[in-house]
Amino acid sequence: MKPRTKRLFFVLLALCCVGAASALITKAMKGNLAYLHTPEQVLAGEVPEGQVFRLGGLVKEGSLERSKTDLEARFIVRDNRNNEITVVTNKILPDLFAEGKSQVSRGKMAKDGLFYAEEVLAKHDAEYMPKELSDTLNKEHAPAPAKKGTYQ
Amino acid sequence: MKINWFKYSAPMSFYPLAGKLIPLFWIAAIVCIAGGLYWGFFKTADVLNDQKQYYRIIYVHVASAWMAMWLYAVMVFWAMLGLIFNTRLSYMLASATAITGTVMTVIALATGAIWGKTSWGTYWDWDPKLTSFLILLFVYIGYIALQSAIDDKRRSDKASALLALVGLALVPIIYYAVNCPDPTECASLHQESSLKRVESNILIGMLVTTLGFWMYSFATTLMRARIIILERERSTTWVSKLAEITNSERKH
Repeated sequence: MKPRTKRLFFVLLALCCVGAASALITKAMKGNLAYLHTPEQVLAGEVPEGQVFRLGGLVKEGSLERSKTDLEARFIVRDNRNNEITVVTNKILPDLFAEGKSQVSRGKMAKDGLFYAEEVLAKHDAEYMPKELSDTLNKEHAPAPAKKGTYQ
Repeated sequence: MKINWFKYSAPMSFYPLAGKLIPLFWIAAIVCIAGGLYWGFFKTADVLNDQKQYYRIIYVHVASAWMAMWLYAVMVFWAMLGLIFNTRLSYMLASATAITGTVMTVIALATGAIWGKTSWGTYWDWDPKLTSFLILLFVYIGYIALQSAIDDKRRSDKASALLALVGLALVPIIYYAVNCPDPTECASLHQESSLKRVESNILIGMLVTTLGFWMYSFATTLMRARIIILERERSTTWVSKLAEITNSERKH
C-alpha cells in the first residue's frame, strides 16, 4: 500500500471515530441534559427541595399580576397537561415576556409551594414573520395553529 | 481537456492566483454585505409577530454563526488534505481559515449576547447551544495556540490538523443541541434553527448577507495564506524574485 493510501485510511478512520463520538455525545445529552425542569417534573418531586433550578413552561393566559407599589410580579407557569406552578419575582421581566408565551425562570421552590425566581427569561420560537402577515395567517388557518400554545 | 489541479497546490503558482482573486472577492463581499444589510434594514417588516426592530441583528447573527461552523468544516477539509497528501499549501490554508473562523465565532457570540439581552432578558445563559458554541471558540483558539506553540512547522501542522479533526465532533452537537427530532428531549433557551417559519423577505436578507460573509472569508483567508506563504518560503528563490519583495528591499 502506498503511504498516501495508508494516510487516507488513517484519516477516514479518525473521521469515523469523530462521527461516532459526536453521535454518542448527542445521544447522551438527550434526557440527561437537565437544562430546565417542567412543572410536571417539579410537582412529581423530581427536583430536590431548596435547589436552584430552571423552570420552563408557558405563562398561563390571564395569570400575570403586577404589584402596584414595587416590581413584584406573579404569574402561573403551566404545561400542556394542566400542571401549574406560581412564580413570584421582583426582577424586570424581559421584552418578549407575555402571557401565552414560553419562559424560563431560575430560582427555587419555597415551602409555601411558590417558585421564587431570581431571573426570568423569555423564550421565543423560530418564527420570523411580520406582524400583519402572521395575523392573517392565523385567521386563515383558524383555529389558530397550536404552535403558540404548545410547550413540551 | 485535463486540468492539472495539483499545479495550484504548489505555493509558487498559488501565490499569484490568490493575488488575482482577492480583489474580486473583496468587491463581491462589499456588494453582498451592503446589499443584504440594506435589504434587511429598509425592505423588511419593522415589527415581527413577537419581536420589535431589534430582531434585525439576525442578519449579522445568523450569517456569522453559520460561517463559524462552515469555516470550521473548511478548515478540517484542508487539514485532512494536508494529512493525506502531505501538501504544505493545504496546511497553510487550514491555518489561514482558522483566524477568520475565530472572528466569525466572536461576532456570533457578541451579536447573540446583544440580541439575548433585548429579547430573552440576559446576555448569557448556560444553554446547550450557547455553551457548545463557546466551546467551538475555545477549539479555534486551541488550534491557533497549538500551531504557534511548536516551532517545527511540519510537526505543528500535523498536530494542529489532528486537533481540528477531533474538534469536528462539536459541529453536529451545536446543531443537534436544539434541533433534535423530539423537542422534549432538547430543552433550551435558544430557539431551534429552522428556516421554514422565516418570512421570505427576511430570508433574502439573511442569505445575501451570508453570501457576503462567504466572500469576505475567501478574501481574508487568501490574504492570510499569501502572508503565510511568504513567511514559510522566504528562503526560496521564487520569493526573493517577487516584485513586491525586490521593491521593498530596494527602498531599505
